[in-house]
Amino acid sequence: MKYMPLQASTFGEDWDLVWNFVLWSSIISCIILIGGMIYFIFRYQRKTDKDKTAYITHNTFAEFLWSFIPLVVFMGIAAWGWEVYKDMRTFPTDALEVNVTAQKWAWNMTYSNGRTLTGKLVVPVGKPVTILLTSKDVIHSFFIPSFRVKQDAVPGRRSKLWFQATREGNYHLFCTEYCGMNHSGMLGTVSVVAQADFDAFMAENPNAEVSPIELGKQLYQQQACIGCHTTDGKPLVGPSFQGIFGKSVKIKGGGTVTADENYIRESILNPAAKIVEGFPENQMPVYQGALNEDQITALIEFIKAQK
Amino acid sequence: MAHEHSTDYLHHGKGLWSWLTTLDHKRIGLMYMIAILTFFFFGGIFALLIRLELMHPGTQFMSPTVYNQVMTLHGTMMVFMVIIPGIPAFLGNFVLPIHLGAKDVAFPRLNLFSWYIFIAGALIAASAVVFGGVDTGWTFYTPYSIQTYKGTVFMVLGAFVMGFSSILTGLNFIVTVHKLRAPGMTMNRVPLFIWSIYSTAIIQVLATPVLAITLLLLVMERTLGIGFFDASLGGDPVLFQHFFWFYSHPAVYIMILPAMGIISELVVTFSRKVVFGYTAIAYSSIGIAAVSFLVWGHHMFVSGQSEFAGKIFSFITMLVGVPTAIKMFNWVSTMYKGSIRMDSPMLFAVGFMFLFAIGGVTGIFLATLSIDVHLHDTYFVVAHFHYVMVGGTLMALMGGIYYWFPKMFGKMFNETLARITFALIFLGFNITFFPQFIAGVQGMPRRYQDYIPEYEWLNRISTIGSWLIGAGFLLVLYVLIQGLRKGKPAGPNPWGAKTLEWTIPSPPPHENFTTTPVVSGGPYEYR
Repeated sequence: MKYMPLQASTFGEDWDLVWNFVLWSSIISCIILIGGMIYFIFRYQRKTDKDKTAYITHNTFAEFLWSFIPLVVFMGIAAWGWEVYKDMRTFPTDALEVNVTAQKWAWNMTYSNGRTLTGKLVVPVGKPVTILLTSKDVIHSFFIPSFRVKQDAVPGRRSKLWFQATREGNYHLFCTEYCGMNHSGMLGTVSVVAQADFDAFMAENPNAEVSPIELGKQLYQQQACIGCHTTDGKPLVGPSFQGIFGKSVKIKGGGTVTADENYIRESILNPAAKIVEGFPENQMPVYQGALNEDQITALIEFIKAQK
Repeated sequence: MAHEHSTDYLHHGKGLWSWLTTLDHKRIGLMYMIAILTFFFFGGIFALLIRLELMHPGTQFMSPTVYNQVMTLHGTMMVFMVIIPGIPAFLGNFVLPIHLGAKDVAFPRLNLFSWYIFIAGALIAASAVVFGGVDTGWTFYTPYSIQTYKGTVFMVLGAFVMGFSSILTGLNFIVTVHKLRAPGMTMNRVPLFIWSIYSTAIIQVLATPVLAITLLLLVMERTLGIGFFDASLGGDPVLFQHFFWFYSHPAVYIMILPAMGIISELVVTFSRKVVFGYTAIAYSSIGIAAVSFLVWGHHMFVSGQSEFAGKIFSFITMLVGVPTAIKMFNWVSTMYKGSIRMDSPMLFAVGFMFLFAIGGVTGIFLATLSIDVHLHDTYFVVAHFHYVMVGGTLMALMGGIYYWFPKMFGKMFNETLARITFALIFLGFNITFFPQFIAGVQGMPRRYQDYIPEYEWLNRISTIGSWLIGAGFLLVLYVLIQGLRKGKPAGPNPWGAKTLEWTIPSPPPHENFTTTPVVSGGPYEYR
């Protein structure tokens, strides 16, 4: 059916069967009900305001029928829905595992070999994949319409979902739990590739032998700094990085501070310590423990380079 | 004050002060009407702004920060200040005592106090806009609600305070129904509107305290840093969802049951026929109220709740469909061999059945576990609850307003214009919300300020529909004001209805009945 998003996972067919059954039984019951109503409106139009009408108080058999038949149909639908859902929640043991950490407002994927990606999930076609979900800040929800899967990413909890993609291609990844300002921008791509391409992807090591600035730039994208800090001078949620290094900035609660290495480091690890005047508090996640010293250095070098 | 019985309630006592201190249930009902229509006006403006912003992808005129606040204000105002109090507190207050043959509700002072609590709560909630804004959505999910703007606390406290108004009104109605029925009016002879308001009152009294506790915990966490829900303080964010929906799912039936009561009255009156299956309709209200407490987990199928819990909730949720189907079939059967006149209240009743049928069956989609995984938190859900809340409750409220307007003010409105308002609202509603089912099935998540270009055509249709709804409600306002000012005298019973309120003059005298009525038969004896 055209109105549905392309189905590209092994759940698609079973899912669509249940959907079609519910859809058609709904259409039929609406036609009976609404059709009957409209027919009566025309058939039994009032002629005079003194019209005599039939005195029918009830009909036990008819009432039994329209209670019992819906009950049976509803229970059947619930049972069928449960059967398909059970498959969605029965996790294969041989699945490829990908850790996904949600944060305002980005998806961070970490593969078993340490390879990380932000906003993009690469998976092989025809192989079961389990997504291990958590969140750094508030509740997010991981939704791939074409795979018919969704699961909340809850801070302090680990949740999971699995799928097996059946078609190569790129699919939308949405956040479907309201998570604040840039909720509707928290998008990603799921890239389903052939096994050989996936192996090649896993073999790459993009972080090897790059300059600190280059590494900082990658971290800037991967750690989602880019979601709130631009490099073109336009402030977003937080200050732009352009020209910020060495500048004297006003701090909330009074006072000024020079944006040197120490201040930038503190602001990465503990953002709430000194907020620049005019920017919101409590928007940036705490990176204490999330970044090692090399990475912090690389980020500082990158910010320095944004003149 | 027996000598004053002949004055109608609108002229019994003069000036603003006599209204603000009135103990008359009819006046209090009208005071609720004024408050609710005012909130509805603002909530509606917010809705139109939301649709305008969503007409095209990208930012039109509201940044995400502004959009999220407008979306939240629309949701909280419409739920807590319009739909929940809409029918029970406004029409319920006006009609319930007269339906029972009583002079007033059981506790008139408490009734007036409830109105003041409601207004106080609404003002506290509205002050959130001044004190930093709210952008949580009407559900206040933790931990986001703990971290975001300070205004959240005011909004939550406002909802907390308004909850007490709801509890006290419910209590008042329960006692009134039990103690103040006229001689001869057994529980099997009360109009079906009473049964629905009574079922609603039970939910109001039993479920609202849970919301109050939940909101209080949220405020304590926010202001005192006690970790009930915040994972970083050792709490559990999902616990909030359990608490919240334990109230808010039954609240959905607080919103729809009174609407079903109005539809029962309208279908009977405009079919000139005894209601089909009185007992089934009456007890299905109680049935819906009872089951409503056991289905909250269907809001949480993908929250990380256990699969087993999900299964149980899915099956129990399906049970709600049965009493709902019974009501629908009984209304249609009431029309069978009737004498049907399609005046404006009946148009809205028929519109209700049309839209509520769609809202109802889409509820079955969402109760089905596997289907819900895909549809949860998409526009399908948005479309579903607007079909139930607007297509259901608001259509019934409109039908009820037109139906009881002549009784309230003793004047008739312009029937032709009233029919046009129905056409505008009904068409506009379908144009606005039907495309949202498709957008949802295609995966468009709700509460999005921006969306991918694939969804643009659906959103554009939806926005155009919203203008029709807006025009329709503006015209309603005109019809009501014009009716008030220039309407022809209505007479005691313009619709040929059988319940007690139509046996007394329009507008009714101060204490409703000069002599207490004695009831000797069912409420809808068209023989």
